[in-house]
Amino acid sequence: MDALHEFLSGPALYVTLVIFFGGLIIRAAFLLGLSRGKDQVFYDHFSWSWALRSVLAWLLPWGSRSLRTQPLMAIVFFLFHLCLLATPIFLSAHNILWEGWAGWSLPTLPGIVADVMTLVVLGGVVFLFIRRLVRPEVRLISTLGDYLLLLLTAAPFATGILAQYQIGGPYDLMMVLHILSAEVLLIIIPFSKLGHLILFFFTRAFIGVDMGARRNCQGRLGAKVW
Amino acid sequence: MSEQAQTGAEATEAKPTEDPKAVEAPAAPVDTKKIQQILAANNGARMRSWLNICAHCGLCAESCFFYLAHDKDPKLSPAYKVKVTTGELYKRKGKVDRAWLEEAHEVIWGQCTMCRRCSMFCPFGIDIATMIGVSRAVCNSQGVLPEGLARAKQNIIESGNQMAVSEEDWTETCDWMAEEYAEEIAGLEIPIDKKGVKYMYTVNPREPAFYPQDLGQMAQILHVAEESWTVPRQGWDGTNLAMFAGDAAVAAIPVRNMYQAAIDLEAEQILMTECGHAYRSGAFEGPYWLGLPGGRPPVPVKHAVQLFWEYIVRDGRIKIDPAKMITEPATLQDPCNVSRNGGLWQMMRDLARALCTDFRDMDPNCEYNHCCGGGGGFIPMGAEFKARRMQSGRIKAEQIKATGAKIMISPCHNCFDQLNDLNKEYELGIKVLSFKEIITECMIIPEKFIVSDNGD
Repeated sequence: MDALHEFLSGPALYVTLVIFFGGLIIRAAFLLGLSRGKDQVFYDHFSWSWALRSVLAWLLPWGSRSLRTQPLMAIVFFLFHLCLLATPIFLSAHNILWEGWAGWSLPTLPGIVADVMTLVVLGGVVFLFIRRLVRPEVRLISTLGDYLLLLLTAAPFATGILAQYQIGGPYDLMMVLHILSAEVLLIIIPFSKLGHLILFFFTRAFIGVDMGARRNCQGRLGAKVW
Repeated sequence: MSEQAQTGAEATEAKPTEDPKAVEAPAAPVDTKKIQQILAANNGARMRSWLNICAHCGLCAESCFFYLAHDKDPKLSPAYKVKVTTGELYKRKGKVDRAWLEEAHEVIWGQCTMCRRCSMFCPFGIDIATMIGVSRAVCNSQGVLPEGLARAKQNIIESGNQMAVSEEDWTETCDWMAEEYAEEIAGLEIPIDKKGVKYMYTVNPREPAFYPQDLGQMAQILHVAEESWTVPRQGWDGTNLAMFAGDAAVAAIPVRNMYQAAIDLEAEQILMTECGHAYRSGAFEGPYWLGLPGGRPPVPVKHAVQLFWEYIVRDGRIKIDPAKMITEPATLQDPCNVSRNGGLWQMMRDLARALCTDFRDMDPNCEYNHCCGGGGGFIPMGAEFKARRMQSGRIKAEQIKATGAKIMISPCHNCFDQLNDLNKEYELGIKVLSFKEIITECMIIPEKFIVSDNGD
């Protein structure tokens, strides 16, 4: 178990981070390159103001008309994403490891806050899972992959908190599962729907520009897509 | 379907596709190569991102009037519709059979008007209408398309306009209307091919074909405003049903004619009649079918609503007689391609308030309006689609009913027809009018344009 732990938190972690960041960068670079030829419309009418407002409005829980129409979904959506990103980055245990390696660390979350945020992520997964099952318009378009990705997203959080409180199994095993599931998740992100981590910014910018900036001239108004 | 559903490498070439009637024989094989070409031409960064990141969250469903009008049938959510059509096409790498195309035909023409409302409700802003447009291009390339649109395409190829109005019929109608309305407004004329004017006016072919008074009304307004304008002998059809057929090559024909006419006549701007999709075609999509740099028309395109707003609200060039204003409760239809996709919703409201004493807005409205159910080619798709049009128009009918309006203003020919049909179907008790008609009824005719009876 120790050897496995060693491997996962050593070489496997390096490889994971290279694939994760490299994958995201290569994917974005590939799409940007492709867009020069086939998505000229984006550049013809580009406007930072319309692009950024379109992105920002959708980063806020009730920043868009769409999410305001489903307030519960909006708040869960927002908290889920916030905690999903912030917890691992600002977790004390992660930063201690990071400091040992890099010599510096980020500000860290108090343990209880991190615990609550982890539970928010898990609660969010449960909510989104159930929502997929009970709303007919969501269930119809949901694929096996959608459910699996939700479970995979939950896995590092579930195993992390279980390991910390030593529930459900030996600490070592939980820790191995925690690192393993996190690495699988990070590797999958650039090559799956979870790539929306970065693609979101491009697609939102496009629609903001296309329905906004493109029409917003010669006395016309652009439609705010938020 | 924002700018383009490109039909492959020759997207910008006006090369007519095969005769739409000839390919209706059931045995015709599917040209997979052609389909793959179209898919490849559209497989850019946006398409790849959209196909990949749709999180299947379902937030688009509630935005769609087809979904709402059919008791929230999940099969009518935009995400589902695009998944089973364009999504499937890319997944199967274009290898589909004719039965598949026929089924897709039902979805992309029978369940979507490309109004683009769903894009405003999608967290990723996925342009579903543009994606549906690719499926339309694919089906069109195999001759699978509504007959009404196939006929319009054929007309465009043969005559340059979607209703095959001949040049003589067009110019005769102009002359006839000029003569007719000169009896009401002194000196009124409809100049044809006059050079160096401010506006070259383009119409919907149904005006010369069925509603010539529409042209006459516009002439009255332009004459009273003492405008410098003309109609072109060629390139007067601003509409573009080939756009809704998904045929970029044929869609390029009328736009090219129109731009060329404006350039030849040295017109400062192209003025468009009260038509929604013509505006989308001329002002926004056309430049892409023609491959124009910068994606902008060579001559600025102005919608009639904007001109009327300038005349009446901004400049006071046309004065409204307060005694003649519409006093019955009035509401306004936001045509998708004039409001959401045209940016003119505020001007329309200013105008409506300047013409009606009791203006009542619908809810939702402006850029968030619901399509009337007649857009995206639905009206010219003909009788086989009418029942569906009436069913999905229920949302619009309920919106209208809630306002209690008796007058329905519609600055779009397709909305106009749909609203009239809805009026009958749902017994709304409304009268549908264009802005032109109201303005000509309410405007003050200056002394010098009043025809004296005691003259000759």
